[in-house]
Amino acid sequence: MKSTLFSKKNRKLLSDPLGDQNPITIQVLGICSALAITVQLQQALVMAMSVVFVMVCANVIISALRNVIPSRIRIIVQLVVVSSLVVFVDQVLQAFLPDVQEKLSVFIGLIVSNCIIMGRLEAFALGNKLWPSFLDAIGNAIGYGWILLAVAFFRELLGSGKLFGYQVFPDGWYEASGGFYLNNNLMILPPMALIVVGIIIWVQRSRKSFPEELLEEN
Amino acid sequence: MSINKDSNIFTFSFAVVMVLIVAISLAVVSESLSSMKKANKEDKKKINILSAIKVSADRNEASQLYEEYIKESIVINSSGEIIENDNLDAFYIDVKKQYRNKNLSIEDKIFPIFIAEKDGSKYYITPLVGSGLWGPIWGFIAFEKDCNTIYGASFDHKTETPGLGAEIREAFFEDAFIGKKILDENSSFVSVDVVKGGSEEGNNHQVDGITGGTITSDGVTNMLKNDLKVYNNYFKTIR
Repeated sequence: MKSTLFSKKNRKLLSDPLGDQNPITIQVLGICSALAITVQLQQALVMAMSVVFVMVCANVIISALRNVIPSRIRIIVQLVVVSSLVVFVDQVLQAFLPDVQEKLSVFIGLIVSNCIIMGRLEAFALGNKLWPSFLDAIGNAIGYGWILLAVAFFRELLGSGKLFGYQVFPDGWYEASGGFYLNNNLMILPPMALIVVGIIIWVQRSRKSFPEELLEEN
Repeated sequence: MSINKDSNIFTFSFAVVMVLIVAISLAVVSESLSSMKKANKEDKKKINILSAIKVSADRNEASQLYEEYIKESIVINSSGEIIENDNLDAFYIDVKKQYRNKNLSIEDKIFPIFIAEKDGSKYYITPLVGSGLWGPIWGFIAFEKDCNTIYGASFDHKTETPGLGAEIREAFFEDAFIGKKILDENSSFVSVDVVKGGSEEGNNHQVDGITGGTITSDGVTNMLKNDLKVYNNYFKTIR
């Protein structure tokens, strides 16, 4: 058993969602939150970490219960598990990181509606053992998280001239103080998140082949 | 012994047990964290009050600085009369709850005022509450001794759009209120408006709105109008 913990198949579970099977860029799931909380890096980071936590716990719980869950109410069971984990995260943030919780406000609650989580529960955890489900959750959550951070990086940098809230471009560059530079307000608006995600997808597809072709290879 | 996973009885029992477990564990989590959450809320309120008189505090020093600056607090009714009641602590009056309660007429509401002393001057801090685009917005406005000129403002919100309406709690927006007046030359109440498309140069009753946050900006305007009108009733008596 030990020797198979990091077998090639298991490693693929972890690495595929980071690139070739990325939930956002390839499966195009969970883009609603990629759009909503990528204005600033800090929000994106806490969101990504919350999703990692919720997803890992949910995947493991559902996988552990997979032989007991009545199939007729399995979606409800998944929803209950995910939403109670989300409420838990929200409560913990309220108690220990009140400032961050305030910033993320509704979006923590909206993790419930993140299609990636429900998708992995339904497609993977229900039919696989604990360990692969755990790896699958980590892979997908991080695959989601790094796209979030990448989008937030460009949006915060070009939209507000900051990274993690710290000013990057010197004040002298700005038009207000006689320079040549203006922050691009479009970057802050939601459509720009989709365009940035689109560019990432474009770059990825031009380097790799299309997912449709990948499917044929398999 | 094998159980029929798809039988109605099993499905129902599974659902009942699951709901019980989830309900109990979430209740325990929420209860055990409640004192911390309450303390966080109170600290936040103190930070907001202090920030209206331009004292910046972090969570650790909020209580101490609050004691230091806020010397007195009073509670008034909607016609501006002070309510004398020793059991009434202005700090713990939940103006948001009153605002949400639609059955409460304005005459039944009570309004706290915090009186601060900073560098030898007296400031009157008034809590405000209103509606933004998605949810409640609130704030504190500090007035100078003349009860007319705004000394400082702090706003906050629950669910406004980040980068747009949520900007009302940023310094650039709050600072725009400094020096504005709520009375015109004839000393009648006019409030301060948040104006879309930029305020007029030198106008004492206008500040710039937030691009893309028009409804939140309008919410701030209405909040100022409604609440400051009440506080003005009290200010009239002490001016």
